[in-house]
Amino acid sequence: MPKYTLSVNNKQMSVEVDADTPLLWVLRDQLNLVGTKYGCGVAQCGACTIHYNGSPVRSCQLPIAAVGNGKVVTIEGLSENGDHPVQQAWIEMDVAQCGYCQAGQIMAAAALLKKNSNPTDEEIDTTITNICRCGTNVRIRKAIHLAASKGGKS
Amino acid sequence: MSHPSVSRRNFLRVSMIAGGGMLVGFSALSNSETGENTEATPFSPNAYIKISPDGKISLMSPNPEIGQGVKTSLVMLIAEEMNVDWQTIDVEIAPLDAKYGSQTTGGSGAIRSRYAPLRQAGATAKAMLIAAAAETWGVAVTDCYAEKGFVIYKSSGKKLSYGELATKAAGMPVPTNVPLKDPKDFTIIGTRVKDVDAKAIVTGKPLFGIDTRKEGMLYAVVARPPAHGKKLQSFDDSAALKVNGVKKVVQVKNSVAVLATSTWAAMKGRTALKINWEDASKLESTTDHEKAFRELLSKPAATPNRNDGDVDAAMAAATKVLDVMYEVPVLSHAQMEPLNFYADVRDGKAELYGPTQVPQSLVSAVAKELNIPATNVSLGLPRQGGGFGRKLRPDNGVEAALVSQAAQCPVQVQWSREDDMQNDFYRPSGMFRFKAAFKDGNLEAWHQSFASLSNGRSPDTYPAGAVKNLKIESHSLPTNIPTGPWRAPTHNVQAFANESFMDEVAHELKKDPVAFRLELLKKAKEQPVGKLAYDPDKFISVIELVAKMCNWGKTPANTYRGFSTWFSFNSYVAQVVEIQMLKGKPRITKVYCAVHCGKVVNVSGAENQVQGAVVDGLGHAVYTKLTFNNGAAVQTNFGPYNFVRMRNTPLDVVVQFVPSEENPTGLGEPGLPPIAPALANALFAATGKRFRKMPFVDDIQFA
Repeated sequence: MPKYTLSVNNKQMSVEVDADTPLLWVLRDQLNLVGTKYGCGVAQCGACTIHYNGSPVRSCQLPIAAVGNGKVVTIEGLSENGDHPVQQAWIEMDVAQCGYCQAGQIMAAAALLKKNSNPTDEEIDTTITNICRCGTNVRIRKAIHLAASKGGKS
Repeated sequence: MSHPSVSRRNFLRVSMIAGGGMLVGFSALSNSETGENTEATPFSPNAYIKISPDGKISLMSPNPEIGQGVKTSLVMLIAEEMNVDWQTIDVEIAPLDAKYGSQTTGGSGAIRSRYAPLRQAGATAKAMLIAAAAETWGVAVTDCYAEKGFVIYKSSGKKLSYGELATKAAGMPVPTNVPLKDPKDFTIIGTRVKDVDAKAIVTGKPLFGIDTRKEGMLYAVVARPPAHGKKLQSFDDSAALKVNGVKKVVQVKNSVAVLATSTWAAMKGRTALKINWEDASKLESTTDHEKAFRELLSKPAATPNRNDGDVDAAMAAATKVLDVMYEVPVLSHAQMEPLNFYADVRDGKAELYGPTQVPQSLVSAVAKELNIPATNVSLGLPRQGGGFGRKLRPDNGVEAALVSQAAQCPVQVQWSREDDMQNDFYRPSGMFRFKAAFKDGNLEAWHQSFASLSNGRSPDTYPAGAVKNLKIESHSLPTNIPTGPWRAPTHNVQAFANESFMDEVAHELKKDPVAFRLELLKKAKEQPVGKLAYDPDKFISVIELVAKMCNWGKTPANTYRGFSTWFSFNSYVAQVVEIQMLKGKPRITKVYCAVHCGKVVNVSGAENQVQGAVVDGLGHAVYTKLTFNNGAAVQTNFGPYNFVRMRNTPLDVVVQFVPSEENPTGLGEPGLPPIAPALANALFAATGKRFRKMPFVDDIQFA
């Protein structure tokens, strides 16, 4: 099996996997970074959202061979102490129900705020396309506004 | 007084044998099995509470957490009566153990069934801690009180922490029937408390079954029959075994499992299997079901489920009869965390860990399948990525145990989303026929008939009791499509049909939809017809509250409203949906909900459940269906299985609870049933068209 060295959460990591292995499964099964979740495997639900060179990417659709030197950030690396403004806003708004999709939601929201520090409802609704089966959508929208009001792009 | 009671020693022994990993540390800490060396004895008056001498307070949530918030709210019940500082406690999900009673999560029942017992558990602990302090100080128990994790001596203010008192309290006799607090003295129950796992969730900690990683574990995926009605004939695994990382292929009943060093390798191995499936029974299609439903509804049922007055005579005498059909599709549970389970079955023992709503029946089923005693099966419970009723069936755990047994190694069986949607116990599809008879401006008769893939029905739901001539009939269509409970089973379809039709009736009578419901409920209260299965006053309380919340009768400009109400799991909900028409396409803008569910334990969690139920119910009403073609699910993943997203979500969902000190009633499900008809009724207000078939998006594009 080919060997790959990749940058995850500012650390160099090496793995030996088939070239077509999606980054999602490399993170979960090889690197034990299980915060990134499997939900559909077809880029629909967004539970596997990570940051790739700063942009939100559905890691189930990114084969390891295409990762190259790109910088990968997962939920575990979004902030040092779990205190990114989006993470704080999620706690403050008590967003989660089952909690399973929220890592992907948070990664998508953090990427949105980096580009657009004060999004409107409309901008949130068109940018965040993740699925929450519990229906926490209303609180997600409020939490994004809350994070924005506290300078959420850090 | 200083000797541990017999019952306490028994508890420690039980926990050592059956408690598994979670209580091992505790048992190992304690030497009180021998009744000697009580220096480091933790205090654990019952299965829910552990206080270590170092001050660590661990509270157990006995029911599985599937997103309904019980890991937080059940523990609030204990903490309230214990007078601990909420910020200092650790919360764990209890493993399966008989000492926790029924650990099933379903039927919106956890809070309902645990409200008194868990408060009693907390109050008992508090009483023993106070007794320990009083004995230490040589003062009367009545001169001491407990507050935020300390017992305080009233006259001097001196105090001891629960940790400092743990060892002594462990030796105190266990009192029975300790008085509970007056609700007016609650400081935790009835407040807004954030989910205890919030920080772990937002930082991606391994909380879920899918996150299980154990030494020597292989990842497995299973090839199951591709259609309901097919079974395994033969398979060739030679190509699969050549895939990088694939270690083993085993047959389990009608399925073939591929075990590998990673999930991806297992998935590739499965793709490489060559399997012949053969037909075992009829391969059914949705079009067959729809045709059969229509045939069933054209005839009366053998016996009505309820028959008040004389519907046939009222129909014959009517000046007008409304006669319409409502339809609902099959749905998948589609919980976000695809099914999975960890199992290690070797040497006649099974160690299990994974998502389930029915721990007890899962262990029984595994024991039966493996032909080993249930006492040889241990089960730990992770936080779960949604349930919605799917995991009321133990098939995921049983299958993993069989795979592990066949492969003789620990495995994590991972389902793909496609596996999940093809192998569900689906929300059954169904069709309703409704007839209403009118004469002299009055509703004279109500006749509803339901044909479905299951036989679920609630014959006594409103408006039964409020209409003098009422007949309810149901037909069940035999099928090999597996069906099962899906959030608010039966109610989720019946409310849609009933409350949409109720709006049609009100419209026919030229009556305001809210006023008309109030009129019916007044009749039910004053002159009930037959059995009355609901409390009209509580129904009225939510209708009046939601009307007040939205200022009913004063609809904002460019806005259309729909109203609906429903009673399920002993709770009452009334909802108003507001939509706006953007270039002819409806956009759901706001939803108002009034709820009567007795005492609300966690206001934030309860509000979240209702808001979520609204989004869930709206999404499924508008977008989602699952159909079958020759036994195979046509929609096997999100995308084709169209699902609500942010852009389809109301901008606000306002929830208010009718103040009540009565014991809590269900809340995980009751918010869902009334929302679909409220939307259908708003769509009628906006378009003049009735939407009688889900999903609505088949008939109207949404903005």
